[in-house]
Amino acid sequence: MSRIANTFKALKEKNKKALIPYITAGDPHPDLTVSMLHALVDAGADMIELGIPFSDPMADGPTIQRASERALAHHVGLSHVFKMVKAFREKDDKTPIILMGYANPIEAIGAETFVERAKNSDVDGVITVDYPPEECMHFTKLLKEKNIDSIFLLSPTTELDRVKLIIEQASGFLYYVSLKGVTGAANIDIEQVKSKVSIIRELTKLPIGVGFGVRDAATAKEVAKISDAVVVGSRMVQEIENSNKDNLISNISKLMQELREAVN
Amino acid sequence: MQPYDMPDEKGHFGQFGGVFVAETLIEALDELRVMYEKYRHDPDFLAELHYDLKHFVGRPSPIYHAKRWSDRVGGAQIYLKREDLNHTGAHKVNNTVGQALLAKRMGKPRIIAETGAGQHGVATATISARLGLECVVYMGAEDVKRQAPNVYRMKLLGATVVPVESGSKTLKDALNEAMRDWVTNISTTFYIIGTVAGPHPYPMMVRDFNSVVGVECKTQMNEMLGRQPNAVVACVGGGSNAMGIFYPYIDLREVRLIGVEAAGHGIETGKHAAPLTANSPIGVLHGNRTYLMQNEEGQIIETHSISAGLDYPGVGPEHAWLKDIKRAEYVAVTDTEALDAFHSLCLTEGIIPALETSHALAYAEKLAKTMKPDQVILVNLSGRGDKDINTVAKISNINL
Repeated sequence: MSRIANTFKALKEKNKKALIPYITAGDPHPDLTVSMLHALVDAGADMIELGIPFSDPMADGPTIQRASERALAHHVGLSHVFKMVKAFREKDDKTPIILMGYANPIEAIGAETFVERAKNSDVDGVITVDYPPEECMHFTKLLKEKNIDSIFLLSPTTELDRVKLIIEQASGFLYYVSLKGVTGAANIDIEQVKSKVSIIRELTKLPIGVGFGVRDAATAKEVAKISDAVVVGSRMVQEIENSNKDNLISNISKLMQELREAVN
Repeated sequence: MQPYDMPDEKGHFGQFGGVFVAETLIEALDELRVMYEKYRHDPDFLAELHYDLKHFVGRPSPIYHAKRWSDRVGGAQIYLKREDLNHTGAHKVNNTVGQALLAKRMGKPRIIAETGAGQHGVATATISARLGLECVVYMGAEDVKRQAPNVYRMKLLGATVVPVESGSKTLKDALNEAMRDWVTNISTTFYIIGTVAGPHPYPMMVRDFNSVVGVECKTQMNEMLGRQPNAVVACVGGGSNAMGIFYPYIDLREVRLIGVEAAGHGIETGKHAAPLTANSPIGVLHGNRTYLMQNEEGQIIETHSISAGLDYPGVGPEHAWLKDIKRAEYVAVTDTEALDAFHSLCLTEGIIPALETSHALAYAEKLAKTMKPDQVILVNLSGRGDKDINTVAKISNINL
């Protein structure tokens, strides 16, 4: 059983929901990423989404785009990301790490190489934002062979037939995008999310995570009631943006603890 | 031989093209694909389109024999397809009229667009004004500075111009921002992409709407000369004017198709916008797979061209395909060569071409010299150069 599945199973036994923060690898500085990952776990993260910096993050809002730009200013690319995960694993072999990014950096090194390196550095899941399932069958198969989960997005506009198609390809969990927009956009409509999540739940046993637009502890609490996992991205990145190197770790830890308490 | 029939139903041109977007855009693209399929052969829609192309745009545009210029260059006879004479001054309007009429049929009251040089933005603002649709144009902050007259034109036409401050502040960033707007306002908004890039069905649809250029050329060349040209030459940024004139000629194998990219300071300097000529690697950007200027980590790199309209790191997937199957050839000319051709056409023919188009003209000059006087080169004169006079004056150290 994958680390992701194990984590969901353990949480379910305790009747708890997963909390998944997102940070961009190398933001604000590549030397800080590994200690930030540990701090997030210490403060209550169940899994972590680690963003692969990209020059043209079309599906992200300005907050996460700036995070990419800060990381790219230090020339952080996939080779660094793999090293960071490997370094994280030296002290933590329990918390799942999910890489989130865009297709081009993956294709630049080649799908085979990407999957091999991901496996070597003990990555647990991959979300490729601009790879709809039809365009990445081969990549999904390679990941599956190495027991790495392929996590796909579902959106408010995804029709039922497509939800079924995506479920067939997906593993680990399903990532429901809670609003029509980019990451960090407007507030989410909990009732709408609730009804869509319950429709998806009838079609699959996979856990359902909800993200995009979870802006505070109160929203996280509401989202946790209707899903299996809450993803907090732009809000976490905003905290990083507003911190300096002296208070960075304590600020992100504090935010993480607030979210943890709310979700519990 | 099988007639050319691309893309496949999923929008692939061989390994190129496709639909590489976040799930949030899939439904909108499906809707667009279905509606475009419904209307592309619909007699009422086509009648409306042809009426506007004739009476609003001013089609057909003439073909003009640039005799004095041909004599001066020496070699082949150069003919110009005068897309610069269209309403709004470039080929871009052929596509915007088509897509805006489709938006109207789909009941979308709001239009968004990205623009580089501003020609596509102006063309979109123009047709939006004509049809009474709200119009928002995204433009890189760098291009807003370079193309001030076009920014004001769009504003006069009632459009909102949003300067994009992210990334390299040019065309690719404007495209990113337009995509973000679209994903947020998907139910009310139609995104008019201006080039043969983006996710399926855009590369096909933009090509189809622009192919009126090549279709007219075939008839006009026949009427004027009783024959087709030996070579068709067009500039390529994303590649919409080139696809428009190439497409109807693809099955006429004896006609050479030549796309001219922007070599900027020179391919060898790395400061260019010529992914096909420079043999850039294949990658994924803006919804499709194509040749793409990028570093080893797969980050898109900054491009350079004197012409904002060619300043793009990728190229339409169909051009990538035509290159691979060797049906079209791709070459590049530098900023300096394009400027020389710009001045040359101004002085010998009384036509001020766009800087984008000047790249095609510069290559036509080189090519003509290698050909015989009874041979014919047809250049797509894709746009007029009024928008570029500030740029050219600045280079000549003239303060307007």
